[in-house]
Amino acid sequence: MVGFDRRLVEHFDWVLFCLTVGLLGLGLLGLYSATYDGSPQASPQFIRQLTWAAVGLCGMGVAFVIDYRRLEQWAYLLYGAALVLLVLVPLIGSFGGGARRWLYVGMFSLQPAEFMKIGLLLVLARWYHRTVPPGGYGIRDILAPAAFFAAPAILVLWQPNLGTAITLGLLFLTLTFTAGLRLRSLSVLALAGGSILPFIWAYLKPYQQQRVLSFLYPDVDPLGAGYHMIQSQVTVGSGMVWGKGFLLGTQNRLDFLPEKHTDFVFAVFAEEWGFVGALGLLILYGILLARLLVIALRARERFGLLLSVGVAGVIFWQIVINAGMNVGALPVVGVPLPFLSYGGSSLLTTMVAVGLALNVSTRRVFF
Amino acid sequence: MDNQSEFFASQETLTACYRRIGVISLIVLFVFCALGFRLWQLQIVEGDRFRMLSEKNRIRLKRLPSIRGLMLDRTGRVVVGNHPSFDVILVPEDVQDRLTTLHTLASYLPEATDFLEGKAPRNLRRPAYEGISVARDISWDTLAAIESHQLDLPGVTVEASLKRFYAEGNLAAHLVGYIGEVNQTEIAENKRYRQGDLVGKVGLEKAWEEDLRGYNGGQQIEVDATGRKLRVLDEVKTQPGYNLHLTLDLELQEQVEQSLGEAEGSVVVLAVETGEVLALASRPTFDPNLFALSIKPNEWRTLVEDPLRPLTNRALRGQYPPGSTFKPFMALAGLEEGVITPETQFNCQGGLPFGGRTFRCWKRPGHGQVNLKQALAQSCDVYFYKVGLRLGIQNIARHARRFWLGQDLKLQLEAASGVIPDVEWKRRRFDAPWYEGETLSVVIGQSYVLTTPLQMAVATAALANGGVIYRPFFVTQVSGADGASIQTYSPEVITRITIPEEHLRIVQDGMREVVHGERGTGKKALLPHVEVAGKTGTSQVVSRIHDEEEEVPRHHRDHAWFIAFAPVQNPQIAVACLIEHAGKGGGAVAAPVVRQVLEAYFRIAEQRNRENGGIRQTSG
Repeated sequence: MVGFDRRLVEHFDWVLFCLTVGLLGLGLLGLYSATYDGSPQASPQFIRQLTWAAVGLCGMGVAFVIDYRRLEQWAYLLYGAALVLLVLVPLIGSFGGGARRWLYVGMFSLQPAEFMKIGLLLVLARWYHRTVPPGGYGIRDILAPAAFFAAPAILVLWQPNLGTAITLGLLFLTLTFTAGLRLRSLSVLALAGGSILPFIWAYLKPYQQQRVLSFLYPDVDPLGAGYHMIQSQVTVGSGMVWGKGFLLGTQNRLDFLPEKHTDFVFAVFAEEWGFVGALGLLILYGILLARLLVIALRARERFGLLLSVGVAGVIFWQIVINAGMNVGALPVVGVPLPFLSYGGSSLLTTMVAVGLALNVSTRRVFF
Repeated sequence: MDNQSEFFASQETLTACYRRIGVISLIVLFVFCALGFRLWQLQIVEGDRFRMLSEKNRIRLKRLPSIRGLMLDRTGRVVVGNHPSFDVILVPEDVQDRLTTLHTLASYLPEATDFLEGKAPRNLRRPAYEGISVARDISWDTLAAIESHQLDLPGVTVEASLKRFYAEGNLAAHLVGYIGEVNQTEIAENKRYRQGDLVGKVGLEKAWEEDLRGYNGGQQIEVDATGRKLRVLDEVKTQPGYNLHLTLDLELQEQVEQSLGEAEGSVVVLAVETGEVLALASRPTFDPNLFALSIKPNEWRTLVEDPLRPLTNRALRGQYPPGSTFKPFMALAGLEEGVITPETQFNCQGGLPFGGRTFRCWKRPGHGQVNLKQALAQSCDVYFYKVGLRLGIQNIARHARRFWLGQDLKLQLEAASGVIPDVEWKRRRFDAPWYEGETLSVVIGQSYVLTTPLQMAVATAALANGGVIYRPFFVTQVSGADGASIQTYSPEVITRITIPEEHLRIVQDGMREVVHGERGTGKKALLPHVEVAGKTGTSQVVSRIHDEEEEVPRHHRDHAWFIAFAPVQNPQIAVACLIEHAGKGGGAVAAPVVRQVLEAYFRIAEQRNRENGGIRQTSG
């Protein structure tokens, strides 16, 4: 697989590529607004995100060029590398916002938990590709993949970073379900999950409990999450049909929204571009997801199929949690919105994930 | 790929997945529809309401100012508290016709005319939805008038707030200080400040600002089109500031201020064994209540332009030559350096010829043969000229500084250091050599020597307690609003001077003679039941040209000093009193003031003793 193959160009998945570039552009537009402070110069965050977009495009290229079957062989290696980075975080990582999540490399801060999404995706796809018990997977069959998921999830929770841990969990469930978890095992899993909820609750940090509580009972605590949720809904709602226009979001400019360039960037977008813009963005995401699922259906073997479903899963769940929080339908959990939220590691991870799907899509005709 | 056969899965293992992918597609579709529906609900169904809430700023951010901490005296009496005040607030966003509203308002409230004439303070950084304060602390009548005409005054509201209240008016005003509206520099330095905040500007109000201030809270309020509150969306509670427990004794302070009368000057009363400031007065004084809600410009001008400078805390920042109150310290210096003994006698002929001129004693006929004790009691200048010549300026300076005269006491309040000159100082200050003639002036506390009343009180306390210099302090405890102790301050020793017992005894005896002796200069400080040790002082403002005091213009007249401690056996308090431009000596003007202060102290102590056990002294 060394050297350039003309077929890579002939069969290139332009649909997926254009969707990605389009979303990347929209994302930068939204972020420009969310970090706009009235001065004609772009904000430092925007400039940094622009740099990361370039890095992301390179990452996508790399993920595309290397034959994904080779990546399948390297899966454990890549997973291990991500795990090592994750272990380094509590040792040499730096604090921010009450949590230890970042590693500093030169000018940039990296969030290894993001890269773990790719690592876990590869290793799970490989495992379910190679191990196919007749009649589907029982609980005992998925102990190994469960361990692949649990190790990084515990490290991520430790940081604490509930959002990413939930994303990893949902990725694991999506792939296990797609690979063929027996329905009876699925219901057992659901039951078990339900019964450990109280323990998870006890483990949650007070501020996280507060967020869940104020989501369930918004009137009890007008502070904290209650505040975020009220402001976020006002922001989204005030966009009405056509929005207030680019850079004209009053909620955004008056700093009513906390974390507006990361967790609440969707609300800023919805305020400025209105129902039309927000729905348009959702439809674009929808087409992207549909395309990823189509690639999965066209894949010639389980690894490619699972890889594409996993990419779709990671993107889908982050959209659901983030947008759901922005419109007040889900509690406040810090999960980035793919392509829109500020954060280099998140953007790079999303781009690499799409690169993997491009890889599968383009190479399906090779054999 | 070598193992392509292994890699290619059988078609069945793929088709098994297709149904699952179908399920996933349905989930995605469903969730996206739900999100779309939610957007429709927020942006279209309720869009109008949310648009109104956001774009027209129908959410007010109301700051809830924290309640500033109290200051209590050592017996728990309130020195500084807070009183309710009604303020008129104008919310520009809600005013339909500014001119009409202001005209209407002006008929009840004269201050509103300022806004009509454009004299109102403009602040572009103020958010449009935040109210502007038109007038603070309005009277009940005005309040009633505005409330009853509320309908004609859209956008005008009356809000209750608390204003700083200095319960005893100008008692200890200089020590307590005052608050004022925060300025741009302070806003830049402290992130917690916002435009319009009242912050400590001077005195304890400033020095303990961080403790007194507390934390502001805030409310997010949804209001209707006329600015009326509909509901509170969100609230952050305020945290009241901490209370200060002062070393001050208000009852004594009252007596001290009364004793000073209308004279310009200062009195400092210290607890000898702790350094607690029991009373501190400076005259002329002012009423800090004027500042409680940003002072009016004309009142400010009156205070600032007054030639007597009523805002200056003379106890800490006024620097005066100590005059003869310097002599006890010089006597100790002479004894320690061995240039005199208690028995050393000098003959005073009313002056000492030196360097071609005669340095006079205050008593023209002279004191005749005097020993050290007599020289102190009668304040003989010639005796000390001779001591000074034997000591030399370097020894004089060294010994004076041991008592922290001319040195920074490093208080939390702004204080002057005074000056104790020596050869090095003269070279630096005037680039000139030291002349021995100057030594003669310095040893009797004149010429370059400058001290503050507080420094004199500290040094006097050290004479009383055997040489311990305590850092004077004003606050014994900081406590929370619930009474919980946040921080306590205990007496702090700056240095311990070793003074041989017999040297101390002879100087204390001399000072006792000042008050109790037949020919003492401070007999007016005599108390019936308590033995007092003191020292008079008269410090020259200009070299004597005139002989008749009455002809001397006020600002050329001499300052009068009296320092004292009592009881002589087992001293409790030290007092320093300075009267500016008294024109008469310390014995005539300052000693009677100190007598009243001491009298009051022992009367109060006895009275409290009968009730519960003396003026409380913190352990130390």
